[in-house]
Amino acid sequence: MKSITKTLVAALLAVPLLGGTVSAYELTIPTLDYRTGPYAPNGIPFANGFSDYLTMLNERDGGINDTKINLVPCETAYNTKRGVECYENTKGQGDSGALVYQPLSTGITYQLIPKSSVDRIPIFSMGYGRTSAANGKVFPWVFNFPATYWSQATVFVQYIADKEGGMDKLKGKKIALVYHNSAYGKEPIRTLESAAAKFGFELMLLPVDHPGQEQKATWLQIRKERPDWVMMWGWGVMNQVAIKEAASIRFPMDHFIGVWWSGSENDVIPAGDKADGYLSGAFHQPGDNFPAHDDIKKHVYDKGKGHGERDRIGEVLYNRGLVAAMWTSEAVRKAMEIHGTNKIKGVHLRDGFEALDVDEARLKELGLPNFTIPVKITCDNHEGPGKVALQQWDAKAKKWSIVSKFYDPLRDITGPLIAEDSAQYAKENNVVPRICN
Amino acid sequence: MTFFIEVTLSGLMAGVMYSLVALGFVLIFKASGIFNFAQGVMALFAALTLVGFMDEFGMPIWLAIIGTIAVMIALAWVIERVMLRHLVNQEPIILFMATIGLAYVLEGLGDILWGSDVKMLDIGIPQGASDWMLDTFDIYIEKLEIFAAATAATLVIFLAIFFQKTRIGRALRAVADDHQAALSVGISLHTIWVIVWSVSGIVALVAGIMWGSKSGVQFSLSLIALKALPVLILGGFTSVPGAIIGGMIIGVGEKLAEVYLGPFVGGALENWFAYMLALAFLLFRPQGLFGERIIERV
Repeated sequence: MKSITKTLVAALLAVPLLGGTVSAYELTIPTLDYRTGPYAPNGIPFANGFSDYLTMLNERDGGINDTKINLVPCETAYNTKRGVECYENTKGQGDSGALVYQPLSTGITYQLIPKSSVDRIPIFSMGYGRTSAANGKVFPWVFNFPATYWSQATVFVQYIADKEGGMDKLKGKKIALVYHNSAYGKEPIRTLESAAAKFGFELMLLPVDHPGQEQKATWLQIRKERPDWVMMWGWGVMNQVAIKEAASIRFPMDHFIGVWWSGSENDVIPAGDKADGYLSGAFHQPGDNFPAHDDIKKHVYDKGKGHGERDRIGEVLYNRGLVAAMWTSEAVRKAMEIHGTNKIKGVHLRDGFEALDVDEARLKELGLPNFTIPVKITCDNHEGPGKVALQQWDAKAKKWSIVSKFYDPLRDITGPLIAEDSAQYAKENNVVPRICN
Repeated sequence: MTFFIEVTLSGLMAGVMYSLVALGFVLIFKASGIFNFAQGVMALFAALTLVGFMDEFGMPIWLAIIGTIAVMIALAWVIERVMLRHLVNQEPIILFMATIGLAYVLEGLGDILWGSDVKMLDIGIPQGASDWMLDTFDIYIEKLEIFAAATAATLVIFLAIFFQKTRIGRALRAVADDHQAALSVGISLHTIWVIVWSVSGIVALVAGIMWGSKSGVQFSLSLIALKALPVLILGGFTSVPGAIIGGMIIGVGEKLAEVYLGPFVGGALENWFAYMLALAFLLFRPQGLFGERIIERV
C-alpha cells in the first residue's frame, strides 16, 4: 500500500514537470510533403533532406538557440487543393503558430501567396513558385531565393552562347523548350521569348501534359525540326521519359538542359548509360561529403531518427531539401537576433528572411563549405543572387558534378519582366508597393 | 511523307501500349459487368512486385515473373473473398465504387511493401530506337514498342483460344451473357470471378512490364488507366479485338493531331484529343466499334 502511495505522490509531483516540458516554446515548422502520388519519387528525398537537417539541429544543438523545432508534416500528394488544406490545418499549430511554409509546388505557392499576407506567415518558395515574387516591395511575405526560373532561363541561354562561341552566335540557332503544361512549366516562356527577340534565336515551344508518360509526338517534332539545343521544364515521370526519348532519337545529351527540378538521380537512372552527359541547372553541390552530412548521420541516423534511407543522403533532391532547411533555420536565427527573443512567430521570421545574409564563412561554420552560393536578401530583392550553374550526369560513375561557373542572370531581361508582372499583380490585388530604403 | 509515316507508325505502336491496359478492363467488364477502376493500379502493383522480387529478393527474372503471377492470382482470390462476394447483385455503380476503394488500397499496399522510389525494370526487353529502321528508312520506332505489339498480338491469340476453346472460357462467356442462366447450369460465379480477375491481373502484369520498362516503375504508372479509357469508349467495353483496334485508332489520332494540329492551338492536345475522338465515335456507335449492341425491350 505504501509503495502505491509513493508511486502516486511521485506521479503527482511529476505532472508539473511534464507539463513544463510540454508547454516549452517550440518553433513550429509545417512541412508540406508529398510522399505519395505520382510525384512522390521527387517529393520524398526533398522532404527527407529538409526534415533530417532540422532534426539534426534538434538532436545536436537542442534546436535553434536552444529552442526546439517542431516539425509538422502534412501530405499534399503534389495536389494544390490538399496543399491549401494542409496550410489551413497547420497554420495555427503550436505556440508559435506556423512560422514558414515551403510548399514545394508552384500551384500551391500561387494559392498561398494571398493567404500569407493575411495570416502574416512567410512563404519560402525556394527557386520555384511565382517568379515576380522576387519583388519584395509587392510581395513582402514571399521569398524565392537563391534564384528564379527566369534567372535560370537566362543562365541557360548564356551557357548555350558560351558553348556556341559567344552571344552573337545565338542568332539563327533553334532552341526548343519542352515543358510541363502547368503554371510551373510555363514560367520560363516569357523570359525565353524576350531572350529570343534580343539574341535572335528561334524558340520552339512544346508542352507536355501531366504526367508526361507518353511524349512520342513531342520528340518526333524535335526529330523533325532538329533544334540545336533543348531545354526542359519537367517534373516527375516526364523527366525520365523525356531523357529516354531524347536518347532514342539520338539527340546529343550535352545539348539537353533540364531545369533544376529535372536534374536528380531519379530522372537519369532509368535511362541508363544513354543519359550520360545530360545537363541541368543547379544552385548547390550534390554528394554527402560535407561535415553537415556527417552530423546528420551521427545525430539523426545513428539514433534511428532519420526520415529516409541512410545510403540516399546526399542525392540531389535530398541536398535541395537540406539547403532549404539550412536557409530557413538561418532566417529563424536572424529573426531571434533582430527581435531579441526566441519566442518568434511568422511575422518575426519574415524580418529574419529579409535580413538573411549567409556568406561563405557562415556556410563553413554550418558544415557546408562551398556547398552553395552566398545569399543576401534585402527588402526589395527576395530573389537574392540569382546565380545558377550547370551540373552534368556521369552515367558510369552514377553521379552529378557541377561543370560550369555560377552565372549571373541577365537582369536586363528579367528585371523589366519582374517589374511588369509584379505591377500587374499589385494592380489586380490592390496592393500598394511598400517603400524600401 | 516519311515523317507522316513515322508519326503514323509511332501512333500505332503507342496505341498498342494503351491497348495492353485496356485489355484488363475489357476482361473484367466482359465477365462481370464491373468497370474496374483499379486496373491501372493493378498494373503498377504487379510491376512493383516484379521489381521487388528481383531487387529485394534477388530472384532471377523467370522466377520473379512466376512469383508475381502467383501474387496476382492470390490478389484475385482475396478481392473475390473480401470484396466481390459481398456485393453480388448490387448496382454496377456500387461495384464501381468498390473498385475505386480497391485502387487506393492497392496503391497504399504497394507503397508500404515496395516504397515510392523510381525503380528500373530491365527484364531484357530491347530498348531504344530500332537502328535498322533509323539507318535504312530514317524512321524512328522504339524497339520496346515493336516488342509490345508482338506481345499484344500473342496475348490476343491466347485470350481468343482461352475464351473459345477451353471449358473455363466457355463458362466465362456464359457468365458474361447471363449470370442467372449460368448459375442455373451449375457454373460457380465465385470461381469465374477469381479466374477472370486472375487473368486480368496477369494482363496487368504484362502492361506494367511494358510501361515500367519504358519509364521506370513508379506511381505515375497507375495513371496509364486514363490512356485506356478513350480506347475502351471507342473499341467497346466488351471486345478484345476492340481494345486493340481502338488503341491503334486512338494512338494514331492523338499523334497526328499533336504533330499537325498542335502548332496551331498551342500544343498539348494529345490527352484531350483522344477523348474527343472517342466521344465523336460515341455519337454514331454508343456501344463502341466492337461492343455488343444493347437492345432494351420496353
